[in-house]
Amino acid sequence: MSDRWEAVIGLEVHAQLLTQSKMFCGCRAQYLGRPPNSNTCPVCLGLPGTLPVMNRAAVEMTIRTALALGCEIPEFTKFDRKNYFYPDLPKGYQISQYDLPLSRNGCLEFEVGGRVVRAGITRVHLEEDAGTLHHAGEIHTSAFSLVDLNRAGVPLMEIVGEPDLRRPEEAPAYLAALRQTLMYLGVNDGNMEEGSLRCDANISLRERGSSELGAKVEVKNMNSFRSIQRALEFELERQSDLLDQGRTIAQETRGWSELEQVTVSQRSKEEAQEYRYFPEPDLPPLRVARDYVERLRSELPELPRAKRRRLVEAYSLSEDQARVISESPADAAYFEAVVAAGAEPRSAANWQVQNLQALCNAAKMRVADCRIPPAALAELVRLVDQDRVSGAVAKEVLAECFASGEAPAHLIASRGLSQVSDEEQLKQLVEQAVAANPKAASDYQAGNDKALNSLVGSVMQASRGKANSKMVGELLRARLPRG
Amino acid sequence: MVADENAPELKASVFEPAQVAHLSRLARLGLTESELRELGGQLADIVNAVGRLAQAPTDQVDPTAQVGGLYNVMREDVVVDGLSQEEALVNAPSHEAGLIRVPAIQ
Amino acid sequence: MTLLDLSIAEMARGLRAREFSSLELVDAAYREIERFDGELGAFLRTTKDQARATALQCDSELAGSAEDPGDLFGIPVAYKDVLCTKGVETTAASRILTGFVPPYDATVVARLGRRGAIGLGKLNCDEFAMGSSNENSAFQETRNPWARDRVPGGSSGGSAVAVAARMAAATLGSDTGGSIRLPASFCGVVGVKPSYGRVSRYGLIAFASSLDQVGPLAKTVDDAALVLEAIAGNDPHDATSSAATTGGYRAACLRGVSGLKVGIPKEYLAMGVEPGVRAVFDRAVAWLEGAGARVVEVSLPSTEYALAAYYVIAPAEVSSNLARMDGVRFGPGFGDAANLGEAYEHARHQGFGPEVRRRIALGTYVLSSGYYDAYYLRAQKVRTLVAQDFERVFGEVDCLISPTAPTAAFRIGERVADPLAMYATDLLTLPANLAGISGISVPAGYSDSLPVGLQVLGPYLGEETCFQVAATVEAAADIWRDRPGAVAAARELR
Repeated sequence: MSDRWEAVIGLEVHAQLLTQSKMFCGCRAQYLGRPPNSNTCPVCLGLPGTLPVMNRAAVEMTIRTALALGCEIPEFTKFDRKNYFYPDLPKGYQISQYDLPLSRNGCLEFEVGGRVVRAGITRVHLEEDAGTLHHAGEIHTSAFSLVDLNRAGVPLMEIVGEPDLRRPEEAPAYLAALRQTLMYLGVNDGNMEEGSLRCDANISLRERGSSELGAKVEVKNMNSFRSIQRALEFELERQSDLLDQGRTIAQETRGWSELEQVTVSQRSKEEAQEYRYFPEPDLPPLRVARDYVERLRSELPELPRAKRRRLVEAYSLSEDQARVISESPADAAYFEAVVAAGAEPRSAANWQVQNLQALCNAAKMRVADCRIPPAALAELVRLVDQDRVSGAVAKEVLAECFASGEAPAHLIASRGLSQVSDEEQLKQLVEQAVAANPKAASDYQAGNDKALNSLVGSVMQASRGKANSKMVGELLRARLPRG
Repeated sequence: MVADENAPELKASVFEPAQVAHLSRLARLGLTESELRELGGQLADIVNAVGRLAQAPTDQVDPTAQVGGLYNVMREDVVVDGLSQEEALVNAPSHEAGLIRVPAIQ
Repeated sequence: MTLLDLSIAEMARGLRAREFSSLELVDAAYREIERFDGELGAFLRTTKDQARATALQCDSELAGSAEDPGDLFGIPVAYKDVLCTKGVETTAASRILTGFVPPYDATVVARLGRRGAIGLGKLNCDEFAMGSSNENSAFQETRNPWARDRVPGGSSGGSAVAVAARMAAATLGSDTGGSIRLPASFCGVVGVKPSYGRVSRYGLIAFASSLDQVGPLAKTVDDAALVLEAIAGNDPHDATSSAATTGGYRAACLRGVSGLKVGIPKEYLAMGVEPGVRAVFDRAVAWLEGAGARVVEVSLPSTEYALAAYYVIAPAEVSSNLARMDGVRFGPGFGDAANLGEAYEHARHQGFGPEVRRRIALGTYVLSSGYYDAYYLRAQKVRTLVAQDFERVFGEVDCLISPTAPTAAFRIGERVADPLAMYATDLLTLPANLAGISGISVPAGYSDSLPVGLQVLGPYLGEETCFQVAATVEAAADIWRDRPGAVAAARELR
């Protein structure tokens, strides 16, 4: 692959909205896990005579998303019909937005490799999802397909990005930042595996330094961050190889094959659909009042980047800590509750990020959902900071309480796990350790620092982890003066 | 009445068989050769007749997609019971295991 | 003489006075259907057992309650087959919907049902309501009861014939370019096209969504007003239905026209109006002046473009509205198609008749990129001009009158081969659909023994004015009790 070519990448993201009901009827928007075709009504089945009526909450969620992405919200917007035949599309058209979407001209800032990238958002608009198709085997070889319309009509927000990405690895970073924003807003559950968040990519190549765009290839069927990056890397290589050979790139749609890790041509430009968009006559247009927009804007939650910045500035956290803690707004709220309950912020962050987060990851749950209330974690952090319990014991206590739901302070008290900081008691333990490990003692005195660690470990073991390790170190050094 | 100066020539449309076939394909009409020929002639007549539109003084005129002047007609986000699986499938010509069966996509 | 000769108001009085029962009304209607509909072809299917059961229930409720159930209680009605009826096959007179049994009632059907009206069955029409003669039904011919070699008009032909031939007290039709008013005129009954949004379209199988309205056909203006009062009003299932208050239509029928200013659009009379039709119209003008109205000539200059705009906008919407007829969720199936592409084409080729295919192809064409601006967008702008014309004249006059159609009923087969001649049948009715205003056709007389209707057009949501004028013409013409000669003749033969 030569360095002559530069990729120009833009993403189109489809996000199902977390409304109660579908976009244009009263069926449930939460369609997963139901028997096929049991979440439908005459409207979403597209039966003759039925009419759509717009879901107010879906419109509001889209406007909130658009505002969070810094978009303009025009005063006038309308819906259009996108006409094409497919068995998962009951009406033979999708109600979508064509020339006058709910919003346009926003941007998304995200980080990749420590660098901040700013990508434009062309528009955020609202449409309806299609049903799902099942095949016996592969779609193109199966003798028949089976249609489930439970998903048909679920509100779907389309976020069209400007072709501002230049490297395949920027795509997953962009998508992660967008996903996090949607989850902060509570408008999407971020689940790519189940398809409630989907991503298509457009990629074209141009000669470095040139502003002329090459033929655009649309890549579909990528359902993880990893597959998006792999698919774009594959395309970058495929296209630059072709260009290097002096060949041209066909404008087409290609699908990512997870199995073979290649993209496969699906549809060329000649076969491109002609959608015959026209204004949806069944839905009166929308006039979006300015005071309504301003109210929604003022009610937006703190967004991920702002929250990270504040965590760093207000609590002196590291960037990494801030990133982990702000993964979800609930986790960040948990952290702030721990601090509010009296824990020193950086200690609290350490405990949440290093210990509690690990336990939660193993249990596949969010920190905010765990059985340890913020006040209990704050108490534990305080006990450690005040040397009243050793770090090692506290870690074990946390794991046990995480499983049982017991209060850490209560467990420490009931088991007598408080840290031993009594000098006489510790001196006795130190004497025993030195007597039992004469070689380590002499090694230390001979200049081997590591030997001290084994002596501390021996004391800790004898005290069943309760000894104040800092004091033990000091006492050992006093007991074994060096030449 | 002044004709719109930007109006494209709408007169004397002729529908080539390939063009009618394209429309038939887009609309999944499955027309036969003879049907395509007959329809081509009729479409040409109709399109030539509606070509009169080019003479209308529409220069400074906004399009009307809907009458009645309604805006912002929305429903609240409330779940309403729909159809059972059996009711949803009762009109489907072919179904199995609760799914609607259609011939192979390609 | 049959009970169905009575107006609904008279039937309601008779029911209250126990002069006859609802069951007798329903049976009288089926008697006429059984005698004459084999030849007239108004009904595609009847629901006799269900109707008789409902009538019995109505009778027992009438006997048991002192409360006034309203004038539609126990009255036999029928529905154009583009209106969905729960549990009763609904085909829009198209093969592609053969066997389709809706799991829901159209809002208008449910509303009439709640008032106690009894559905007798489903009425023939042009396939998907596309046509002006009823000759585009996939299933059967419908004949004009006044002259059986003539068309009943379309597309709500069955709805007009059922009323004219005393097979239902009133019916519902739909009007996209004149489909209620034209057959009403051809069959000598009253037909109302309400303002767009006045009546819910939920459950009306869509032809052209931005033009379609459901409305009543009945023997008298008062009956039509009664039915409209029952079906009009906002429906949360139809986002385009108006929230404006409704009603007062029957009261308007009694108000007269004294002091009203009535306009005659001069362009309408220049549209090839036949002398016999013109004579009926001129007499009606004189009646209105005699009743105290001031009649003036007005101009609607964009009329000459209205037909062209209509035949771009309506097919465009058709091409999209009928895309759901794909054979997947309903319909007669895919035959032995090997793949999905063939399956769609099989279902739609077998399922659609020539006129429907023609309009789908035309609509597909005008929405295609490269043609959208030249045809569809321009048609939408002309639509604005047509609406502005009406808006302007309704600043000068209270309503407009014209013949409903340039001619009386024409012969079966006469215009079938010439789509453009057929389309011109709607010249005087379709501008009202483009503008969304209200309209009525009321029988005003005869031309060559064929009924001729007078069209009254009122402003958007101005139905009351239409009813005032229509009731005045009806009273002056005094012909609503006339029975179609063909029916009378056939009766004598027995």
